[in-house]
Amino acid sequence: MNYILTTIDSVLNWGRANSIWPLTFATSCCGIEMMCASASNFDIARFGSEVFRPSPRQADLLICAGTITHKMAPLLLRLYQQMPEPKYVIAMGACTCGGGMFSSKDCYSVVKGIDKFLPVDIFLPMCPPRPDALFDAVLKLQKKIKKESILTRKEFIEGHKIVFEERDEILVLKEERNEHI
Amino acid sequence: MNYLLCTLFEIKWLPDIWAVILVSVIGFGVVISLLILTVLFLVLAERKLLGFFTQRKGPNRVGLWGVLQTTADAIKLLCKENIELLSSDKFIFTIAPIMAFASVILLWCLIPYNSEFHLINSSVGVLLYFAIASLPMIFHFLAGYSSNNKYSLIGSYRSLGLTCSYSIVLMLSVMSVILVSGTMDLDKIVLFQSKTWMIFSNVLGFLIFFIATLAKLNRCPFDLSEAESEIVCGYHTEYSGMRFAMFFLGEYAELFVMSMLVVILFFGGYLPPFGMYLANAFMGNCEFCSYLIYFEQTIWLFIKTLIIVFVIIWIRATLPRLTQVSTLNMFWKYIIPISIFNLIMIIMMRALW
Repeated sequence: MNYILTTIDSVLNWGRANSIWPLTFATSCCGIEMMCASASNFDIARFGSEVFRPSPRQADLLICAGTITHKMAPLLLRLYQQMPEPKYVIAMGACTCGGGMFSSKDCYSVVKGIDKFLPVDIFLPMCPPRPDALFDAVLKLQKKIKKESILTRKEFIEGHKIVFEERDEILVLKEERNEHI
Repeated sequence: MNYLLCTLFEIKWLPDIWAVILVSVIGFGVVISLLILTVLFLVLAERKLLGFFTQRKGPNRVGLWGVLQTTADAIKLLCKENIELLSSDKFIFTIAPIMAFASVILLWCLIPYNSEFHLINSSVGVLLYFAIASLPMIFHFLAGYSSNNKYSLIGSYRSLGLTCSYSIVLMLSVMSVILVSGTMDLDKIVLFQSKTWMIFSNVLGFLIFFIATLAKLNRCPFDLSEAESEIVCGYHTEYSGMRFAMFFLGEYAELFVMSMLVVILFFGGYLPPFGMYLANAFMGNCEFCSYLIYFEQTIWLFIKTLIIVFVIIWIRATLPRLTQVSTLNMFWKYIIPISIFNLIMIIMMRALW
């Protein structure tokens, strides 16, 4: 039984790891670097992930490129929830990893790290990261996917469903508070 | 086909009706396996070629030169979650991608691959082809309509508008071909071109047909119905996993089969370009050669088709997208009058000969 499971896993993971289709999502300067990564000098197509899908229904990877404000966060969460399983997240840039230059207490508008409401697979700090760094993140994600198993993935999905619902309410609350200010 | 049927008829313990069924099943299996192999190859070829046109390398990590890239994509898409929308019209939503792909498979069965292997041999082959070729568009519309999404609906309306503009042009240019060759049978159209290809007697018709083909395939510069920068993904915005793959593969299969039709109508189909088979030229008239010729015919058809496909990908890498209004303007104001002029010229030439 275990043997069958591992062979299925290896075939599935090989397919998943080698065709990571990212979602076209960019909110600020990291987006420029992401576009550069798919252009001629760097060429993300070598790893089979140049297919930037405009619709979240067909994407596997959410490269969150750029600052996420409290107003943008619910939309990002909705985009993530619209993506079909298995789905992965790369937090690209310092702002998405922990607020970056908006991380002081005075800053009222920026979410300090998207890991507060999304399960992030790879953190990629720098401001902004070069395309080479993005490739490193994609390759690390490929390695991570290759170690995955169907059973652990199922546990992961089950574990994160509840978190989403709770976080959703928190985000809505935050938004209301912002409107008060 | 007939040869295979005769050999099966000679087997005594096999009833005749089973022989007929077996032959059609074998033929269909050959066509399906051809289709899947070519489509897998074609998606990779497009990604590689687009890479070369923009001075990139294209996929090169999976397998040798990235040969297995599309296989990995297929495995991934097969095992992805299929999202069913609560607000969608469920029956149409599930059946639309299947029917769109099935109608493209039917198109593949209508093509004469060589002088023997012709699965559906009809005396009105061209007419049948275009009757079936209009089906995928209807299912694209139904997909956009049933998924209850504004972007899908806009995409499907755009594809309907595009159909209104290109289909008249397509039929007018095909009519000129039928007038020159005097038959609607695809086999006879191919054999008519054994001396000179149709393109030399009908250049204008070919150009018009090629432009209309681009519009029919939703390719650049007419990819309005799935314009990624305007409406999210067009009619397949809400489709995920294997259902999306059905649309995706169906599109590429249609691209290849339309290019095959262009070759059959204008470039002599499965006939060799210099009037003589290579098998005969090298090995003389032996019995083995007569079997080898069938394979050679298919190879010639595929080589010519791949050249046409290359041109279509080249156009995609070069041209920007037209707007809906300018597409309609172009087709109705300029190309339809030109194609009617072409048709009248062909009729006059036929009358004078």
